[in-house]
Amino acid sequence: MLHRCVKPSPEIAVTNHLATLLTETSLTATPNPLNAPLLQTAGLTKRYGNVTVLDDVAFELRSGEIHALIGANGAGKSTLCKIISGLTQSSAGTMKMRQHPYRPAGKLDAEAVGVQIVQQELNQISTMSVAENLFLGRLPHKLGFVRRRELARRSRVALDRFGLHDIHIDTPLSSLGVGHQQMVEIAAAIDRDCRVLILDEPTAALTAGETSTLFQWLAELRDRGVGIIYISHRLDEITSISNRVTVLRDGKWVCTESTRDLDADRMVDLMSGDDPGSSTQHLHQSFVQPDIALRVSGYSRSPVVNDVSFHVHHGERLGIAGLVGSGRTELLRLLFGADPSDSGSLSLGKDGAKQSFSHPSQAVKAGLAMVTEDRKQNGLLMSQSIRVNTSLSAMQTSFSAAGLIRRSAENAAAREQSDSMETRCNSIEQTVATLSGGNQQKVAIAKWLIRDSDVYFFDEPTRGIDVAARRRIYRLFDALAQSGKAIVIVSSDVEELFETCDRIAVMSAGRIVKTFARGEWTHDAVMQAAFSGYVDHKFASQDAGAATEATL
Amino acid sequence: MNTVKKSLPDDSAPTGQGATRSGSLSLGNSLVQYAGLLGVLALLVTAFSFSSDHFFQTSTIISIANQIPDLTLIAVGMTLVLIVGGIDLSVGSVLALSSAVLGVLMVDHGWSLWAAIPCCVLTGAACGLVSGTISIGAGIPSFIVTLGMLEIARGATKVITDSQTKYIGSAVEPIGEPISTIMVSPAFLLAILAVIAGQFLLSRTVFGRYCIAIGTNAEAVRMSGIRSRPYSIAVFVISGGLCGLAGLTQTSRLSTADPNAAIGIELAAIAACVIGGTSLMGGRGNVINSFLGVLIIAVLQTGLAQLGVSDANKQIITGTVIVVAVLLDAIRGHWEKKHAV
Repeated sequence: MLHRCVKPSPEIAVTNHLATLLTETSLTATPNPLNAPLLQTAGLTKRYGNVTVLDDVAFELRSGEIHALIGANGAGKSTLCKIISGLTQSSAGTMKMRQHPYRPAGKLDAEAVGVQIVQQELNQISTMSVAENLFLGRLPHKLGFVRRRELARRSRVALDRFGLHDIHIDTPLSSLGVGHQQMVEIAAAIDRDCRVLILDEPTAALTAGETSTLFQWLAELRDRGVGIIYISHRLDEITSISNRVTVLRDGKWVCTESTRDLDADRMVDLMSGDDPGSSTQHLHQSFVQPDIALRVSGYSRSPVVNDVSFHVHHGERLGIAGLVGSGRTELLRLLFGADPSDSGSLSLGKDGAKQSFSHPSQAVKAGLAMVTEDRKQNGLLMSQSIRVNTSLSAMQTSFSAAGLIRRSAENAAAREQSDSMETRCNSIEQTVATLSGGNQQKVAIAKWLIRDSDVYFFDEPTRGIDVAARRRIYRLFDALAQSGKAIVIVSSDVEELFETCDRIAVMSAGRIVKTFARGEWTHDAVMQAAFSGYVDHKFASQDAGAATEATL
Repeated sequence: MNTVKKSLPDDSAPTGQGATRSGSLSLGNSLVQYAGLLGVLALLVTAFSFSSDHFFQTSTIISIANQIPDLTLIAVGMTLVLIVGGIDLSVGSVLALSSAVLGVLMVDHGWSLWAAIPCCVLTGAACGLVSGTISIGAGIPSFIVTLGMLEIARGATKVITDSQTKYIGSAVEPIGEPISTIMVSPAFLLAILAVIAGQFLLSRTVFGRYCIAIGTNAEAVRMSGIRSRPYSIAVFVISGGLCGLAGLTQTSRLSTADPNAAIGIELAAIAACVIGGTSLMGGRGNVINSFLGVLIIAVLQTGLAQLGVSDANKQIITGTVIVVAVLLDAIRGHWEKKHAV
């Protein structure tokens, strides 16, 4: 099955070398059935409020295996690992560590029995030196003074062991590249007393060379009897490095199989699940008009967004699906002028001039609106009232005369929006921080409805909000489409896109890899496309030129 | 110094009792928002009236009214700067520099008062423009930039005055002297006018609304399609210009331009703002409340002086009042948060 993932390309020596290396790795990766269970969970459940993110999960990690954990966004992989490493506690269920009951109250408890986790976000102090980061929380000391020489010696050993000879231990971490920072963090975890090592997307920031070094370490650790839990979207990596695979879906355990018995297609099938119950589609009405409202061509921002082009018609709802980190939010931010782009231009309307924006104010003036992913961080003024939030984007255009605020117009418009969005509040003077999540989101949306735009971007419009508010927002999409607005919806909830959109573009590794018209899509096909950029990604990117030629 | 505010983690929160505090920004919206500070002020006045025979007299009131214009003008500017999430530590030095410009022009160059006043105000505004442009333009915390300006302006003051006090005399005095019919000085009227204009700017204009929004969450303002930098810089210019006016009122009161004038006034101004409930994190503030803060400080100072309290004890008491005021504000904030969710 390895040939599915590693295409031997004789022109590229690095690729070849890596392929050989991976082949060797997987050959030595024979699972030893005699290996004793190291960590077991039973009935593990985690709820936030009345949302269950992990549901009755039984999971087993043996010593001396690399156990891959796969699943779509929100499948519960990270939650499971957080519970195992003590970062959060389960709502129900038990764990056993080498046959002893195990319930860590915090990260230190977990570390005390040898559980180390390396998370997606770096947990380091970038202003401190490499050595200090390696020994964070366990600096060698005497009488309260750091033993510098001891620290230097042990740091050097820790780095050299992993071939990181060129990293100087006294350089501040921030001066290293992201890949090296990640390597230092992993080295720090491994250097501790480590029986269970959890790696959450460790290769996201690594180059092919670094990845192969990492895999060598991991093989070494496995052979020493360490149990490794490995989370990745990159199915090629999983095929080559892991011994067993556990699939989670919607917080539930789906299966645990030997990696030899699975191939990439099968994994995608298991992660997506052919859910026949999902066909409870609501009546979808199309309002798509022939004229194009927004045409986007060639937007790039290395390395997150790569040559993206698409178009949306008036009255059309275009969904953008993809895994977390596939560049969806980044794409919207580029179009909106919130981040600088390397290249690309867009045109609005039937024959609008090509342009690009360097500040959101230009985008807004041109007729774009964007409801941001994180309403607290950059969508709302949390400590201000509904009225102040609602009128903000249209303050200058609609609610002022000669620099003075027209309070009665402002009040009336804010009240009207609040009523039509069915925002539950005492009055429009209520502070948005005191509203529920769904009602906050309604304010974040109302703020753009109050201003007449042509194209609306919605980034995760229904994340973390209740069903009623979600319904209201779907109806809003209908209404906007009906009035001829173009809508672009980014969502991690594929069902949501199925329900609301006329077309769905799937992003994978910074590119739009496939576009489905309504009726063409299936859960499976979307998932397949979402993962497609990551299968072979490492190897393909070595030879991007040849790949492009091949597709032409 | 545009701070992204931390917000309440309340995704599952039910709709709670609304706190309308931040919404009520309009002039004279209700007396309720001023009630707390007016109460404290009344309490102080009553206490001092009972403990000193001389306190509750017209002369005391006139004396206070003529003392406070400088601090009031500066506190108005400081309130706006704090609201956009910045701070201006250079106000005292900029006041002295403006005052020195006034003195040098009138004494050494024989300019008339009316010709010198615009230069005095422009000097302050220019200092604000420099601080604001560097701080906002380069993203350096205004604390640092205005700390630098504090030194620079004071040094410049000493250079242009040769470290000598410039005695101007009667030419400048009318500004600070009470007008016989209304018993208060033009300087006092100017300060009151600044308070009213400041509050109007804040609560009734788009400019003020944007300032509050920028101080609350600059990134959200940017993502709403608003260029925030010109507004933030303008606020520093206003603060500088008001320092220039304060330089004028102080010079007229003392008849001289003193290069060592107003050292430490930035702390008194910040204290007045904080007593008035302005948030040092930005996004919240009210000019009238800051003025009440100035009054509280002035009443405290005058009252304690009349009681014969030593300077040392006066400092201790003033400091305590500031800390207690902030403490009460913090407790109110926690209470509101708890009862909101």
